Amino acid sequence: MAVEGENLWKSFSQTKWMGARREVISSHALQGIDMQVRRREILGILGPNGSGKSTLIRLMATLLIPDQGRLQVFGLDVVRERRQVRRLINRVSVEASFFKKLTARENLAYAAGLYGVSNVQAQAEATRILASLGLPRDKLEIPLETLSRGQQQKIAIARALLTSPTLMLLDEPTTGLDPTSRRDVQEFILDVRKRHDSTIVLCTHDMAEAERLCDRIAIIDQGRIVATASPEDLISGYGQGGSLEDAFFRLTGLNQKSLEEDPR
Amino acid sequence: MSPIRLELHALWAVVRRNFHLVRRYFGWEVVFLFYNVINTLTIALIAFALPARERDRIVVYLTIGALLWNFLSILFQEVASSVSWERWEGTIEYSFMAPIHRLTYLAGVCLYAVLYGVLRTLVILIAVVFFFHIHLAHADWLGAAMILAGSSLPFIGLGLMGAVLPLLSTERGAQATQVIQGVILLVSGIYYPIRVLPGWIRWMSHLSPATYTLQAARRAILNGEGPLHLLPLTIKLFLSGLILVPIGLAIFQVAEHWAMRNGTLKRNG
Repeated sequence: MAVEGENLWKSFSQTKWMGARREVISSHALQGIDMQVRRREILGILGPNGSGKSTLIRLMATLLIPDQGRLQVFGLDVVRERRQVRRLINRVSVEASFFKKLTARENLAYAAGLYGVSNVQAQAEATRILASLGLPRDKLEIPLETLSRGQQQKIAIARALLTSPTLMLLDEPTTGLDPTSRRDVQEFILDVRKRHDSTIVLCTHDMAEAERLCDRIAIIDQGRIVATASPEDLISGYGQGGSLEDAFFRLTGLNQKSLEEDPR
Repeated sequence: MSPIRLELHALWAVVRRNFHLVRRYFGWEVVFLFYNVINTLTIALIAFALPARERDRIVVYLTIGALLWNFLSILFQEVASSVSWERWEGTIEYSFMAPIHRLTYLAGVCLYAVLYGVLRTLVILIAVVFFFHIHLAHADWLGAAMILAGSSLPFIGLGLMGAVLPLLSTERGAQATQVIQGVILLVSGIYYPIRVLPGWIRWMSHLSPATYTLQAARRAILNGEGPLHLLPLTIKLFLSGLILVPIGLAIFQVAEHWAMRNGTLKRNG
């Protein structure tokens, strides 16, 4: 197994001052999640906003500590063996985390340095990856703040791949991208799995994307995984033969209207 | 790559990243440096209101204060604001997810702070010497350099403690580091002897490493005292650093663990 989670709980609290009165508001982000990700599979995590998708990814990325439960990545505990886990993973988040004033080359040099990859090797590899993602070479030389979100996201993916991660955590990597960029990134994810032998966990809101890319999909709602199966099985089992969207709405108890109005 | 080489590689990556950022914000660097030079000159010019026989000595006295404060505050500020800066850029999770020791990351930040502080202070020193034609032939520069090296360590320790605050509370933490810096400026006798401070705050002067650094630097530059005379004070500063740096690191690791438990590591946490 690439990832094994058992009875994972995570809650967050926020302190609010109502005049002189202090109020602590707690919310449960994850409520007893059990999950497995098989080696070399692409597991999609689908869920409405605030359902716990990003929390789950952050736990795998060793950026959060679970309140309760156990999470292992390739048999290593994400809390006790954090640094070993970090050698095996990389994450692309919805907001491309870059030093925006620096060029892509400078950001990539920083990433390569942190992961012990030689800068020359990193730059050559990044240029190759970005060319395959349709990003012209000259875009590497200008500050990232001048690039579009799609271009930044492509560089984020190239940066993650430089470290040859065994487990790639993709947290809404195509959100906000135009259809062409989205298609480029999706093709690339499939190519990565094929060529790099990676396991991929993909959080997304996009049903078509999940259906196209994922071997299995876990649907998460209010911090609980309500179903995990292949897209075909989800559609036939819960979507009454219609679509993945139908299955999703049925499993989360939402419909399109309530999803748009969902305050979570 | 061997584990030690890996850590050194990462340490240099942090230093290089920060110098890249300096280059990208070059306009601001020039403006801040210009302000620092002018600020140092205006402080030293206060001495010109004094009788001529005291003037030269007080110019040097004030200049040492301004230069040392410039260096030590850069050291403190760069280390203390490393977390706020990464939060502001939105890169903190990326940097903290790297498979390196936290010590390596922080050592990179500290090494950059020392190099950057020395460079900026040198530029200001050149400007001051050019402006005032200060005669410093009797100064013992080796003694002054020894003191500067000795004082870097405790200030890095204090900076590490300051860096913890934005991990605990994003905005208030950054505000608190400014308050701490202000208090150090007030109590350390940067521009005046600490005996002029009101009794109720003077006790804090004895806790600040900047107080001892300034006293020793003035002894080296104004009185020409050499390394041998200054050795006991340098050792004290160094030892205080040996205590403060591990405490700072330990506090940082506890705070990082707390942030990972409470979800405050992310940008808007």
